[in-house]
Amino acid sequence: MSDRGLPAAMGPEAGVRLGRSFFERRALRSLLLTIGAWVAAILAAVPLVSVLYMLIVRGGSRLSWEIFVALPPAGFEMGGGFGNAIVGTIVVITIAGLISIPVGVLAAVYLAELGPDTRLAQATRVAAKTLTGLPSILAGVFAYAVVVLTTGTYSAPAGGVALAVLMLPTVILTAEEAIKAVPRITRDAAYGMGCTRSQVILKVLLPTGMPGVITGVMLAVARAAGETAPLLFTALFSSYWLFGEGQLHLLQPTATLAVLIYNFSGMPFDNQLELAWAASLVLVLMVLVINVISRLVGQRRA
Amino acid sequence: MTPGSGGAGLQGGGAAASNGVVIDCKLDQVYYGTFLAVRDSHVQIEKGKITGFIGPSGCGKSTVLRSLNRMNDLIRGFRLEGHVHFRGQDVYNRKVDPVAVRRYIGMVFQQPNPFAMSIFDNVAFGLRLNRFKGAIAERVEQALKRAALWDEVKDKLKNSGLSLSGGQQQRLCIARAVATEPSVLLMDEPCSALDPIATRRIEELMLELKKNYTIAIVTHNMQQAQRVADVTAFFGVDISKGNRTGYLVESGETKQIFESPREQLTKEYVSGQFS
Repeated sequence: MSDRGLPAAMGPEAGVRLGRSFFERRALRSLLLTIGAWVAAILAAVPLVSVLYMLIVRGGSRLSWEIFVALPPAGFEMGGGFGNAIVGTIVVITIAGLISIPVGVLAAVYLAELGPDTRLAQATRVAAKTLTGLPSILAGVFAYAVVVLTTGTYSAPAGGVALAVLMLPTVILTAEEAIKAVPRITRDAAYGMGCTRSQVILKVLLPTGMPGVITGVMLAVARAAGETAPLLFTALFSSYWLFGEGQLHLLQPTATLAVLIYNFSGMPFDNQLELAWAASLVLVLMVLVINVISRLVGQRRA
Repeated sequence: MTPGSGGAGLQGGGAAASNGVVIDCKLDQVYYGTFLAVRDSHVQIEKGKITGFIGPSGCGKSTVLRSLNRMNDLIRGFRLEGHVHFRGQDVYNRKVDPVAVRRYIGMVFQQPNPFAMSIFDNVAFGLRLNRFKGAIAERVEQALKRAALWDEVKDKLKNSGLSLSGGQQQRLCIARAVATEPSVLLMDEPCSALDPIATRRIEELMLELKKNYTIAIVTHNMQQAQRVADVTAFFGVDISKGNRTGYLVESGETKQIFESPREQLTKEYVSGQFS
């Protein structure tokens, strides 16, 4: 047998050379690929890092206790903050989560475990995949028609419904994948222990798939928190607190950070522009905090 | 190995031991969709003994085992003609809840499959499932001792079950299965994913466990069958109709199956002429 085709180093007469040789073709190719991967990774991080940098530089200078507790300033007023918008964002997101998470996760359980091949499941899957690409303003139109028109007022629940519509498909599809990813043998173990179907779902599939489900929920929350368009004509905006006389008044126009940023960034006043930057930073930090908390919660299992 | 067995001639001991039969399984035809997986197999599992199912790949031994506690119900298109009598009751009767069956007939699988929770919670899982009112910690300890795992894990019961080695995981699964005191334990190639030392431990464990439980084990390792099984059922594959359909060739005392098989096919298989 000839050793034609073998690299020189592996031929019979060649001595054993274990050092690196940079000028061999495959070493060069490997180097190029490594550099390429580095460059791509850096390019991907550039927008993210530069946005964060801008937020910290321009928004950070305005961070103070005042912006968390004060109300938004009007026109030429100086100072002020957006405490009501922070509360509003939390309330709207909470409402959206209370609607979309249970519905989405239960729907995912149906899709993944109960009736994966039924017509209903197939139709739901197609609908969910289509809805992920839904222009967010249409979610606002839907909530406007369903909630604003029936209650007769712009409100936090209307905004919550709009965001829930946006979150739902993401929650359903990621939770379905997470539940499906629970290995067959784990399912077998549960059934083999004498679990009923609902026990398999509640005690094994959901806890095991929880990190994946949480990731999906977080993606959805993060997206929803930054959405402006669906809130423009559902939650609208307000320069006042949501609560008064010790009570939460949900059925009234509600300020949110996203809409505040949208409103203030178009104003010709420096004070408002600065507040818009600060609000952007606060919004990003809020998403970050929720993300970290949910990750910790998810990790504690298993 | 089999105490009190009178030797080869006694394989008809089924009559004498018939009051000791826990599971009487008569499978006329088992289908997955239109595929006939198993036909004409009559197996009896005797109380307090280890019954080994051996045979070449695709001979349906796992299908038969999984039929005993209705695990096959989870596979789409599964259909069974025949009966499986567990202590005189047909587990395939319409009125029978498969979930209840599985609580009496526990199972250990080929791949160790602990849940993604702590060692303690894994063993306590079945107890909590059955709303066990007694001292859970005691039962967990007892089960882990029976599974010969206690000494290795007693200081780290809070660690994840998945942090254990493969052999330990499998013993954890055995502990989980015996914690609820099932009357029968089914083991589907429990050692095939383990190294020889871990295998040895599981085998010793099986011999220990049979004092308390009736065991049925699928194995493709004939030495293992000889080492642990009291009774052996040999399955073959029938490819005559273009299908690969499994069927019971013969069953009897392990010694008889390996030393003086009645069927030519058995003889060829146990002597290693085909696999």
